[in-house]
Amino acid sequence: MSDSTTALMSCRNIEKTYVKGREKVNVLSGINLDVAEGEFLALMGPSGSGKTTLLNLMGGLDHPTSGEILMNGRALQDLSSNELARWRSENVGFIFQFYNLLPVLSARNNVALPLLLTNLSASQRKKKAMTALKIVGLEARAKHKPRELSGGQQQRVAIARAIVSDPKLIVCDEPTGDLDRATADEILDLLQALNRDFGKTIIMVTHDPKAAERAGRLLHLDKGQLVGELVS
Amino acid sequence: MIPLSLGRLTAANLFRHPTRTLLSFTSLAIAFLLFMLLNAITTAFSSGPSEGAVNRLVVDAKYSMTDNLPITYLQQIHALDGVASAASVSWFGGYYRDPKETFTTFSVNPREYFEILTDYDIAPEALARFEATRTGAVVSTALAEKYGWRVGDRVTLRGNIWPLADGSWDWEFEIVGTFTGNASQLSDTLFLLRQDYFDDAVISWAKNQVGFILLSVAKGHKPEDVASTIDALYENSSDPTRTASEDQYARQFVSQLGDIGLMSTAILSAVFFTILLLTGNTASQTFRERVPELAAMKTLGFTDASVAALVLGEAVVLCLAGGACGITIAFVMEPALNDSIGAVLGGLEMNMASALIGLALAAGIGVLIGVQPAWSAKRLSITDALRE
Repeated sequence: MSDSTTALMSCRNIEKTYVKGREKVNVLSGINLDVAEGEFLALMGPSGSGKTTLLNLMGGLDHPTSGEILMNGRALQDLSSNELARWRSENVGFIFQFYNLLPVLSARNNVALPLLLTNLSASQRKKKAMTALKIVGLEARAKHKPRELSGGQQQRVAIARAIVSDPKLIVCDEPTGDLDRATADEILDLLQALNRDFGKTIIMVTHDPKAAERAGRLLHLDKGQLVGELVS
Repeated sequence: MIPLSLGRLTAANLFRHPTRTLLSFTSLAIAFLLFMLLNAITTAFSSGPSEGAVNRLVVDAKYSMTDNLPITYLQQIHALDGVASAASVSWFGGYYRDPKETFTTFSVNPREYFEILTDYDIAPEALARFEATRTGAVVSTALAEKYGWRVGDRVTLRGNIWPLADGSWDWEFEIVGTFTGNASQLSDTLFLLRQDYFDDAVISWAKNQVGFILLSVAKGHKPEDVASTIDALYENSSDPTRTASEDQYARQFVSQLGDIGLMSTAILSAVFFTILLLTGNTASQTFRERVPELAAMKTLGFTDASVAALVLGEAVVLCLAGGACGITIAFVMEPALNDSIGAVLGGLEMNMASALIGLALAAGIGVLIGVQPAWSAKRLSITDALRE
């Protein structure tokens, strides 16, 4: 994927350095990467290779130390914290390994949470949340609190929350890392369906080779650098 | 199911740990109930003089309010230039039926007393009956209503300071009239008997003395000049006097108990400081538990400020709810409190100004409690929090 004119997101010469005391830790260096619209991209690599850091940068959760991240021509590194928050709410859905649902809210209200940042009415928010839950097959569990759901069901709620605002990009950090094989496959089926049927662009960090097989493209990171690419 | 809103989110977060929230809520409610009660007590003790009280003086024993004055002082003071009228007033004490059924009881000179205390309203025929009936007593309307007394009823008060000449303690009076008063709530609980009857009937060692003398200053005379004249007159006697305005006298009376305002402030400061520490600690603990959730909210697009506002808002809502509950309970308890201890304090009144100050204080405590967790929420790094 090198044609940046058709890319949804482009990373140019990305560097990320953390300072720990007097020591500087270079987590990412020289990352150049384009992600096409509608692509399903997997990032793999050993622990500490910089996968999650790269995912965070592409999801607008953090700023690079240097370099440029463009999404639809907009430079994320130049956005302020508030601008970046707004950009995330409009463009990105997040799925985490441990779901990160609010335990005090029902499944439906967890899904409706990002919609509080929109101008939608309460009834519109409710309708959209129910639609998202229907897509992930959890319409019947709308009133259940996260603790009343299995791990797989919680991850489905998290996926519904990620798609409820209809973002172009979905970033997933180890989405199956806390699930058994069968449930993990169901979640991966769902992600593939979102990519295939709804045209969502997905970037997924995983340690799981079987999960990575579902992606259209697989990138390997090691010691903060892209070291390999496999296109299926 | 109620749709999600910021209010619903706040409520859901507050009830994350129902027991913890209930304990914080209860401690806040009790603190603000105490706030209202102490404010009412302070107000009762520090209420200013009535309009008519400006020209009234109280002549009391110089060294102690518990000392009496010779009854001869009354005529001497009445005869002084600048004194329009003078009445003796003596604390009777006693109780009705049960030691818990107490009210303010004075022996007085009927006509002069009501001439001076123009804030009290008594019908001429009632005053005439009071003057004509040696064992007569007039009572405030509220007191008569409380015990269902009617004119003509005979009431026995059990003395606890003054025995009768035969050594018994049961003083019998005939209710001859009622009066109303707008000077203070003290007038709601007054029972007045005649000084001359008291002096005749009381045991010999208590005769010919009065508690204090109440007087009104004649027009054209300055109260402070009249007071100086009286005190100078008795300066070298065995019973020197201290003459003060009615308001000053009331304050001196209260000051025997100590500085009520200072005591009240000290108690409330200790209570609110403790509340601040306890509830603040709870808020910080709750925040630490919620770090991953707050990070997730930021991930979804909630700004640093909105997450901080949510955390701060929860603390303020909790404190306002607890405060409002305590203040409401104080208003609900007001009649019962007045029935039990109102007579002693001259009436307790929960006022709206105190309630509004209480609510503002509750909001302020909420801000103080919430500001640190809110600041931490604002500064929370998403990537750091998600890594934890």
